[in-house]
Amino acid sequence: MPAERAAPHEARAAWMFLAPSLSAITLLFLVPIAAAFVLSLTDFDIYALGDSSNVRFIGLKNYGVLLADPLLWKAMRNTALFLFVGGPLTLGVALGAALLLHSRLARAKGLFRTIFFAPYVTTLVAVAVVFRYLYHPRFGLIDRALAFFGIPPIDWLGDPRWAMPAIILLAVWKNFGYATILLVAGLQNIPESIYEAARIDGASPWQLFRKITIPLLAPTFLFLGVMTTIGYFQFFAEPYVMTDGGKPLNATLSVGLLMYKNGFRWWNMGYAASIAFVLFVVVLALTAVQFWIERRREA
Amino acid sequence: MSRRIGFLLVQSALVAGAAVALTPLLWMISASLMPPGEASSTPPRFLPSRPTLGNYLDLFTRLSLGRAVGNSLLIAAAATLGVLLLNSMAGYAFAKLRFPGRDRVFAALMAALVIPAPVAMLPLFLMMRSAGLVNSYLGAALPPMAGIIGVFLIRQFARSIPDDLLDAARLEGAGEFWIYWKIVLPLLRPVLATLAIVTFLATWNDFIWPLVILTDESRYTLPVALAGLVGEHSADLELMMAGSVLTVLPVLALFLLLQRQYIEGITLGGVKE
Repeated sequence: MPAERAAPHEARAAWMFLAPSLSAITLLFLVPIAAAFVLSLTDFDIYALGDSSNVRFIGLKNYGVLLADPLLWKAMRNTALFLFVGGPLTLGVALGAALLLHSRLARAKGLFRTIFFAPYVTTLVAVAVVFRYLYHPRFGLIDRALAFFGIPPIDWLGDPRWAMPAIILLAVWKNFGYATILLVAGLQNIPESIYEAARIDGASPWQLFRKITIPLLAPTFLFLGVMTTIGYFQFFAEPYVMTDGGKPLNATLSVGLLMYKNGFRWWNMGYAASIAFVLFVVVLALTAVQFWIERRREA
Repeated sequence: MSRRIGFLLVQSALVAGAAVALTPLLWMISASLMPPGEASSTPPRFLPSRPTLGNYLDLFTRLSLGRAVGNSLLIAAAATLGVLLLNSMAGYAFAKLRFPGRDRVFAALMAALVIPAPVAMLPLFLMMRSAGLVNSYLGAALPPMAGIIGVFLIRQFARSIPDDLLDAARLEGAGEFWIYWKIVLPLLRPVLATLAIVTFLATWNDFIWPLVILTDESRYTLPVALAGLVGEHSADLELMMAGSVLTVLPVLALFLLLQRQYIEGITLGGVKE
């Protein structure tokens, strides 16, 4: 039945059911988003926190200062590295795990699925603490395992070259199970008959994978791509816990961390809001690009 | 023959993957049971020489982390109850009630899903501050209630409720709220279980918002308290591992218990049309 031919009393009831949720979403999410933009146009700082008459409207000045700030570009570089290396790595590992779990040759699939998924439900802060010690150059398990292959110890979190790769590996370990579950569900939705038909036409396993599996998983990859972009672009707890807020030499400083430090450690809230908005715009643009690619692929 | 080799290859790859996924968690548990200094000795031990609960005792007595357990439980439970109530009402309305603007409002909500939550954080903190909710449990538990994904989950599930059932109740003069409470909610039980565990885990694991809004140590949730301990006690490896176990084990146990519902929620949320 079309939604428009509604009985008036039914519409009234509907809005009553919607009111609590919609008010919460508006008040606790949409209004703050809009307010963040207004805040970014002011010089709101610790004095304004004490007396709001100290707030002045300064136009786009925060953005000008921000874009000239080398720390922003450092944080952007690290965040982009996290997203563009960590994201594909996570999805690649997840695709491998999903293909294994989907294979007809695999046994105990349920058990492995649970094990792969376990890291995803753990608390990020807690496993970041665990990895801090796993990466320790003297007694950490990771360097001990590398020593087994004759590789000299790496000071993962103390060396600016290795700190980001270390954080990326943690993210892959923690998140691949989530993507695996969705990809397995996607694989199960591909009808066996399509493969049968292609096999009769003489397609090789590689061709089946390239021409059937990957294209039919595209919607799942789009969803995962968007979710990963949103999630990874705001990474924060890893450097907060593992590298004491972006050490060494800001090699692990992220955009989220830069915003947090400016806003809640130094109370430069106007400036921090401009960082939040830059983050917002970049995520939005990246999401739009992914939808655009998917639409072009379909066309 | 080649089938046997294939089976061995697949199975050993799965076992290797499982080992990588589990080793950090098993090492965490093992080290948490070691006496101080044992996990960082050279060569390091993988298993405790004499398992001890001393680190856990330390957490609860000297560091009073018991409070943080209570805070985490309270905040996650409150947020979960709020989300269940708010989202089930909204999801049901979007699925089963006819009103002008329904599809447009729903589409707008779905579009808002791509907004990263931290963007809202600074003004939200200032709003909480003027409402006197900084360092309060309510201030920590309210923002999760603005969740949108739950509305989507409930709506997907509620669409399968037959209209006839609801219309029959209306004909007999039942009020709309009575119908929701007595007919719809019981039918939604499976998806409510899913939403409950997803929300509980997300709130329990959340870090940045509790870090911002809870300013006093006595109100800290487990992740915030744990992050604080890293600063002061980073040399006490075994103690930190006990703190990590204390934080992770409840959610891991809950996941293992309600695994089916949780994974259903994840996949249902992932296959949006």
